[in-house]
Amino acid sequence: MSKAIESSGICKTFGDRQALKDIIFDVNEGEIFGFIGPDGAGKTTLFRIISTLMLPDRGSMTILGLDSTKGYRKLRENIGYMPGSFSLYLDLSVEENLNFYASVFGTTVEENYELIRDIYSHIEPFRKRLAGRLSGGMKQKLALSCALIHKPRLLVLDEPTTGVDTVSRTEFWEMLRKLKQHDITIVISTPYVDEAMNCDRVALIQDGKLMSVDKPQNIRDGFSRKLFSARAGDKYRLLLALRNYPATLSVFPFGDSIHVTFSEETPGRELSEHLLRAGIADAVISETKAGIEDRFLELMEKNE
Amino acid sequence: MKRFLGFVRKEFIHIFRDVRTLVIIFGIPAIMIILFGYVVSTDLKDASLAFLDLSKDDVTSELIERTCSSDFFRKTADLSGYHEVDRVLKSGKAKVVIVFGENFGRNLESGKNASLSIIADGSEPNTAALVSTYANAIISGFSQLSMPAGQASIPVIVPEVRMFYNPSLKSQFMFVPGVITMVLTLICALMTSITLTREKEFGTMEVLLVSPLKPVQIILGKVTPYFFLSIVNVVTILVLSRLVFGLPVKGSLILLLAESMLYIFLSLSIGILISAVAKTMQQAIFISLVGMMLPTVLLSGFIFPIENMPKIYDWVSSVLPPRYFIVIIKNIMIKGTGFAHVWKETLILILMTVIMMGLAVRKFSIRLQ
Amino acid sequence: MNRKTVIRVRDLVKKFGSFVANDRLSFDVYEGEIFGFLGANGAGKTTAIRILTGLLEPTSGEVMVAGFDACRQPEEIKRNIGYMCQKFSLYEDLTIRENIMLYGGIYGLDRKTIKERTERLLDKLRFREYGDRLISALPLGLKQKLAFSVAVFHEPRIVFLDEPTGGVDPLTRRQFWEMIYETASAGITVFVTTHYMDEAEYCDRISIMSDGRIVALDTPSELKRKYDAGSVEDVFVKIARPGMKYSQETADINGLG
Repeated sequence: MSKAIESSGICKTFGDRQALKDIIFDVNEGEIFGFIGPDGAGKTTLFRIISTLMLPDRGSMTILGLDSTKGYRKLRENIGYMPGSFSLYLDLSVEENLNFYASVFGTTVEENYELIRDIYSHIEPFRKRLAGRLSGGMKQKLALSCALIHKPRLLVLDEPTTGVDTVSRTEFWEMLRKLKQHDITIVISTPYVDEAMNCDRVALIQDGKLMSVDKPQNIRDGFSRKLFSARAGDKYRLLLALRNYPATLSVFPFGDSIHVTFSEETPGRELSEHLLRAGIADAVISETKAGIEDRFLELMEKNE
Repeated sequence: MKRFLGFVRKEFIHIFRDVRTLVIIFGIPAIMIILFGYVVSTDLKDASLAFLDLSKDDVTSELIERTCSSDFFRKTADLSGYHEVDRVLKSGKAKVVIVFGENFGRNLESGKNASLSIIADGSEPNTAALVSTYANAIISGFSQLSMPAGQASIPVIVPEVRMFYNPSLKSQFMFVPGVITMVLTLICALMTSITLTREKEFGTMEVLLVSPLKPVQIILGKVTPYFFLSIVNVVTILVLSRLVFGLPVKGSLILLLAESMLYIFLSLSIGILISAVAKTMQQAIFISLVGMMLPTVLLSGFIFPIENMPKIYDWVSSVLPPRYFIVIIKNIMIKGTGFAHVWKETLILILMTVIMMGLAVRKFSIRLQ
Repeated sequence: MNRKTVIRVRDLVKKFGSFVANDRLSFDVYEGEIFGFLGANGAGKTTAIRILTGLLEPTSGEVMVAGFDACRQPEEIKRNIGYMCQKFSLYEDLTIRENIMLYGGIYGLDRKTIKERTERLLDKLRFREYGDRLISALPLGLKQKLAFSVAVFHEPRIVFLDEPTGGVDPLTRRQFWEMIYETASAGITVFVTTHYMDEAEYCDRISIMSDGRIVALDTPSELKRKYDAGSVEDVFVKIARPGMKYSQETADINGLG
């Protein structure tokens, strides 16, 4: 399989803050590759380097077979970039935005309409409306249409799902999956760990470092211990009690339950007695499958 | 080319869709012209006038009566000697003092030069200039009337006009060249720097940079509309000042427009340069106002004559483009001089433009920092 | 439930011209509860919150917050609530101590109380060595935790949180929710508005708003059961877009099932 991006040892420093530390990864052609990490992890900096907007201090990146520093001019014809802020002209209508971006890339909306039809059809009824008066979800679809209008081979999407409601997020991922049939490689970043499963492969990024690069299933399966889910009426008391238990390794609130790991194989009577002593009689503890977020937490602990 | 036209079209949409931009571009020039013109023209009603009559003969009393019978002047004092001139001017009792020399009437009748001085309070330059011109006109009119037919060509009364406090005051219509300069600076430097930094702030600049557009195309696409609008503005101001104040362009209109375009180019490059330095619209506005507008108003000779400034301000103002541009349009519009008299200033402006453009294009990065 | 009601809303209607932003909302929030207030952008969440915090007057209906009438006693309400939103919370150019002092002062606490609580807070957050640092120098996670601590500094009866953990790393998020649990167990009601469904999973009860109305209100597990859904996100999608398929696998794998 040929590579769309090969990155080796990318470093970037702003003042005395190291934004990216030795970033190594590669993206296969035609896959959806996700960078998952919190705000400030370095996602935007990395994406600016990928889209040739910024030069790395060290390291090199080959994109679509070209060196990203020297071949930027040619590369820019083949990259569709959607920055975190959606990059729309809010005082221009939907149609005017799209036409403008088409003209910037020397093409027309008609020429590549086929590619954006699925996405644009959602907002076409509002084509006369100013972009500033669209909902978050519609802005996101318009921005994606604009990024696609010149039929790029590589689509770089920086946090396209941030600040967008759940329904639009779900729709957005469906659209990206459909785009795969057009042989477009997609690099996407998100702070939502739960979106990892929508990607073919993901990289977990934290503090400018890649903690893990793999298929989401493999990352999840990399969780090294047995994970238990604990529930009780008084979650906070349960949390404190579990933390006090000598054999406990980690305790985290996790949605409506608490995820906990122990140094012993299976917690037995001793744990129930411990909880009873803490005044928790209704605790239910069962083994559960680890998710990507559990693995993320485990990797973060290991790195510290 | 198609890319470029698409860009320009988009820029025009931005401008015409934003009420605030429209107000700045079209409202401010009109308001400034009316405002400055109004301030200048209203003051000349019942201007206070004092006389120092050292001759006290029939001719002088008729002249005094004639002057005061017009709506322009009102006699507020009769002075007894030169020592009082300073006092009435300083106290504001009179804005102008007319001094008739000794034996005024006799000298006039015998064909000798009759001495007459008009002393005006130059601390309000525009008013002073107007007052003295009007007084001058009335007196000259009298001297022609009182002459026997056939001899009118010999001006007998040659009033000696002296400005106290501001002796170098030059023209009463200074404000039109000043307004043109201010408007061009405002629209070109301020508006371009705002429109460019706006793209940065909204993140759209990132996409433009990642597109195959060259920096030059982005810059030209952004400033072209402002170039045309600025020319429209110059013409509007000229038409307005002609219609409202009856101020014609004495020199070549073509030359005036050509010089304006040069100045527009220069201001645009400064605007681009500002936008390359500023990260936000707020910064761009601040730099444009403090770095461009204030010096234009204060140091370019528009309001305060450069000759009267301390040397240091003179030096500072000599690197400011508005200073030269004001001289150029003043010469063309009011004095009616040709290119021969403004080539030096033009050359300086061309030089500045080349430097600024070079800097602007260099500074405008194809990448983010 | 015998718990004390701290927010009581009956038939709340808010109209802007002919547009109905809130359409006959009725719900109760109990003392010490973590209540999730969900909805898509434009569903009417923001309007409702502004009414509850005394910033906006309702068109009709009854709204009692912390025992005060939102129409007649908005000032009393403001004194008894805390507020934290994702965007603005602390002054970046002040130090931690200065920020705390400022908020304590705004809520009329006396000097001694402020001093005592400040030291207690710095100890609890293990911030002691950061106390005199500027907020702008802190990492996002710490800022977020501090903002929350400041919002409950005057020990309000209810604290309103707007998307409190959007964009923070998984570890900070967990620490943050622990703080929220602790606050709630101390009897302070926590009212969370968000459109991030994973935040909703942590709440005791959640309501989902759509087109100005509350379309669902229950515990997360009960809602998931009712809608046969793997996650609150799934519930939300089913309510907002009936008939849409949503991959069950996604929810399972993320451990939210």
